[in-house]
Amino acid sequence: MPAQDDMREAMLAAVPNLRAFAVSLCGDMDRANDLVQETLLRAWAHQDSFEPGTNMSAWLFTILRNHFRTEYRKRRREVEDADGGYAERLTSPEAQTGHVEFGELREALLHLPPDQREALILVGASGFSYEEAARICECAVGTIKSRVNRARKKLAELLTIELEHEAEVEHELLIRRAV
Amino acid sequence: MPQTEKLEESPKGRLSRDIQRKIGQQLRAMYTDVVNEGVPDRFADLLRRLDDKNK
Repeated sequence: MPAQDDMREAMLAAVPNLRAFAVSLCGDMDRANDLVQETLLRAWAHQDSFEPGTNMSAWLFTILRNHFRTEYRKRRREVEDADGGYAERLTSPEAQTGHVEFGELREALLHLPPDQREALILVGASGFSYEEAARICECAVGTIKSRVNRARKKLAELLTIELEHEAEVEHELLIRRAV
Repeated sequence: MPQTEKLEESPKGRLSRDIQRKIGQQLRAMYTDVVNEGVPDRFADLLRRLDDKNK
């Protein structure tokens, strides 16, 4: 076990990435902060289970991910009990996060199944390799790859109309500049 | 003919490649935005309290 101060420093250093991962998973900054807090508490209580020399960040991501999955299942049950549906209860992500700029992307992310969402974020944003992401999600590398591919395809479908327009405009500009 | 098909990407192919590239960029930008917020005080405080308790 590393010295306690090292442990604290390493956990502190991981907080910005943990928050970014958490809010991408749940779409709500308050809830994301709670997820991170719970992750730090659990990690601190189970310091002994961290293997020195392995990736501390991946270890913390695993704890956060597992906690989110447990919470997600619990919440879904509660919401389904209450009104029989989940998607309708998703409120506007802009209002929840205060990050207006990426509102459409955040909302689209919430429409992906959680296993695809987490795979895409880990590989496409957090910068983990497929192998590391597979360890975090406790599945095979091939499974992660196919989840990432499906997530990309689905996001493209959800965001295409707006992005098609943007891409067209950009392409037109490039052509005009080139002429 | 198949050779020209290989060389000239269809507009649809270009579009879907552009879209994937844009989604990737946006995803990273969105993520980096939050990373750049750094460590909110509550987490530094929490870890300090935990640390003190163990000492």
